[in-house]
Amino acid sequence: MSILELKEVRKSFGGVMAVAGLNLRVEDNRIQCIIGPNGAGKTTLFNLISGLYSCDEGLIFFKDRDITCLSPQEIVKMGIGRSFQVTNIFPKLTVFENIQSVILFTRRKGLSLFSDAKRLFVDDTKEIISMIGLNKKADKVSGILPAGDRKRLELGIVLATAPELLLLDEPTCGMSPMETADTIDLIKAIAVKRSLSVLFTEHKMDVVFGIASHITVMNFGSVIAAGKPEEIRADLKVQQIYFGEA
Amino acid sequence: MENRNPTNSRGKLQHTTNTFYLVSGWIVIGLVLVALPFFMEYTISQYYVYLAIKVIVWVLFAMSFNIVLGYGGMMSFGHAAFFGVGAYSSSLLLVKTSCPMVLAFVIAPFAAAAAGVIIGYFSVRVKGTFYFAVITLSFAQLAYILAFKWRSFTFGDDGIQGIEVPSIISTDETYINFYFFALIILLICLYLLWRIVRSPFGMMLMTLRENPERAAFVGIKVENYRLIAFTISAFFSGVAGVLYALLETSVAPDVLFWSMSGEVILMGVLGGMHIFMGPALGATIMVLLNSFITSYTEYWGLFLGITLILIVLFFPKGVTGLIVEQYGALKGRKKR
Amino acid sequence: MAFDSSMLFIQFVSGLSRAMVLFLMASGLTLIFGVMKVINFAHGVFYMLGAYIAFTLTALLTGPLGFWAAIVIAPTVVALIGGLVEIILLRRIYEKEHLLQILLTYSLIFVFNDAVKLLWGEEMRIVSLPKILSGFVTLFSHRFPIYYFFIITIGILVALLLWVFLSRTRIGKVLRAAAEHKDMVALLGYDVGGLFTVVFIIATWLGGLAGAVIAPTVRLSLGMDMEIIIECFIVAIVGGLGSIWGALLGALITGQIYAFGILIVPNYAMAFLFALAALIIIFRPNGLLGKPLQTG
Repeated sequence: MSILELKEVRKSFGGVMAVAGLNLRVEDNRIQCIIGPNGAGKTTLFNLISGLYSCDEGLIFFKDRDITCLSPQEIVKMGIGRSFQVTNIFPKLTVFENIQSVILFTRRKGLSLFSDAKRLFVDDTKEIISMIGLNKKADKVSGILPAGDRKRLELGIVLATAPELLLLDEPTCGMSPMETADTIDLIKAIAVKRSLSVLFTEHKMDVVFGIASHITVMNFGSVIAAGKPEEIRADLKVQQIYFGEA
Repeated sequence: MENRNPTNSRGKLQHTTNTFYLVSGWIVIGLVLVALPFFMEYTISQYYVYLAIKVIVWVLFAMSFNIVLGYGGMMSFGHAAFFGVGAYSSSLLLVKTSCPMVLAFVIAPFAAAAAGVIIGYFSVRVKGTFYFAVITLSFAQLAYILAFKWRSFTFGDDGIQGIEVPSIISTDETYINFYFFALIILLICLYLLWRIVRSPFGMMLMTLRENPERAAFVGIKVENYRLIAFTISAFFSGVAGVLYALLETSVAPDVLFWSMSGEVILMGVLGGMHIFMGPALGATIMVLLNSFITSYTEYWGLFLGITLILIVLFFPKGVTGLIVEQYGALKGRKKR
Repeated sequence: MAFDSSMLFIQFVSGLSRAMVLFLMASGLTLIFGVMKVINFAHGVFYMLGAYIAFTLTALLTGPLGFWAAIVIAPTVVALIGGLVEIILLRRIYEKEHLLQILLTYSLIFVFNDAVKLLWGEEMRIVSLPKILSGFVTLFSHRFPIYYFFIITIGILVALLLWVFLSRTRIGKVLRAAAEHKDMVALLGYDVGGLFTVVFIIATWLGGLAGAVIAPTVRLSLGMDMEIIIECFIVAIVGGLGSIWGALLGALITGQIYAFGILIVPNYAMAFLFALAALIIIFRPNGLLGKPLQTG
């Protein structure tokens, strides 16, 4: 069964077609990756799915429900959490507060005016923090953490929204090879533990082939190939884009 | 700072000492607050008790305002509107109807909150700090114009005179009763505000201030939360307005003027808007300075404007920000 | 209520002249915002200064000469003050948060209001018109104050000048480029700081001109800066901040709404303007001709 399905989705900006009639399926409990050269429309696609942009044409289904015209807030509520290419956290709050505030909201405590926030969902917060491996830095102000930690924190924020589908926009962007490897293992482990589906974009080919069980290749706003890693590796069109000229 | 979280484990001994200092500190502050009016009334002059009440009113106003400015990150330039609506609605009820004082006191803050809903509804949906400032300022000036020109209802620029106050808090002979009345109201409001900023809602507000985009993508409806914060702030500003009207026993359109909004901003910025009690310090300094300076010159605005410019250019974190920084440097570690 | 056509027509002309004054103000406001990304809350101050300086000049030089001198000199003096404000204060805060930028221009309102109080006192002041402009003209068998047409002419001239300046001159083109891509202009070797000073001088000159032009039609008083700035904000909201032609369109619309609003409820014509602004905020948040804001 597919958790996410896009049908003939189109989006253009001032006449420039960013996503041109794209079809995509993300199967349940699968880690799936979108690759493609810069400007292929990957981030636009994420912005369309997560509700930042509205589609010009086409339909988006999440668990067989039409989410095409919903706001970002409604889409999060349905169970799609996203991270951004440029790390997007609450920089002046501590790691703990970053996660706890999101849990508070997700558990519908956001409008509680007089209870003491500090005492609520402490264990759940700690659980997520240890899941992303930031236990020792829980009290640090998040904005001053190294780039890799901030990226993990954002993953934690997304997890705190209790998603069923993770949209990760270049989750290892700016990380060292060591950090990258750790993060990949982390994403894999979390996906298994929470039985999540993951759709992510990535530039680093070793990451892609190391983690994804299914790869979609985009160029000029449409899908040019899709399949298992070995199929993609063998695909001529993909080789032209990535390896052809070399 | 109030943002410390519970996983922060400290030595038990240090914890006990801290509690000791905290408790004794509060006791001293409490005693000073109780003794202050008697001391001033019998040794210096009644005027200083009046001044102390004025400080109370402005502390409440500044701290209500800070829910929007410091915690919500919204630069409202029209908070005089809510102070004014509180003052006007309670005064009109007392002067034009036979409404008892207690009832007027309860109704007026809700009137201010209603004004907050209306102005907030339009303001929170505009994008950008500039537009927000422009719109709140404009709405407050509209309220000013209404109070000024709608003579048949608001008495125009004559204002409302001779507001009757129950004898128990009457200021005809002594300000002491009114002082304690205002102090109790202030403490109740501060307690509520304290609970609110520490509540989950307060935390949501901080996330909105820090990063509205991220907040939207964890599902928070930014506009709704901002509107609620705006309304809460308007409500408590209204309470300050009522206290003001009862203290002065008169209200004029001046309470709705843009310069009132400016003064409350200055209090927040002067005191430091990211610390709960910051605006209270700012308000105290401003009211005392105002009383001091206006006794020498009528050019208070000049002083105010220049102070504001100096703060913006040299001390953008305010007095408490400065204290925290110095304290942090003293302790040899960097605080935020 | 029945309005005869002459009354409607005269309101239309008076609305047009009001629109021109608003355009002079709002174009400066929007020029500053477009290029420097700062809203000048103190823009009304320069209008007030223009009016008061015009008052002093007409009082010093009696006769028609005083008025013409005022129209020329007052905006120039105001522009000089504006230039100083930019050089001494504003350029220190372009890189800082919006909140501080707003606070700084806002605090100038306090300073200049008290400065005006100090120099001119608190009583109302009146500026008299030269004979040639104080009469009436008969048009389609209705009588109109000549001065309305004078204001309208000045407004049209300034609009034309601005258009020529922004689209035909080199510096105008650079300014428009700076409004879009500040860094690019700096990369091309232009002195962005100097550019900002020029913009601020032009904008405050326009504000001073608006004040000098309006002076003979109103009583000058403290606080006249706040009255006009609120209307300018509404013009900017309606037209769209950052767009000069939006400022013109917004001024024309608000001018007319005010003029006809006065016929219906004399004291609360401003309420119509607020209603208009509220509608625009809900249905066209970027104004009629504005582009989406990129600023936080």
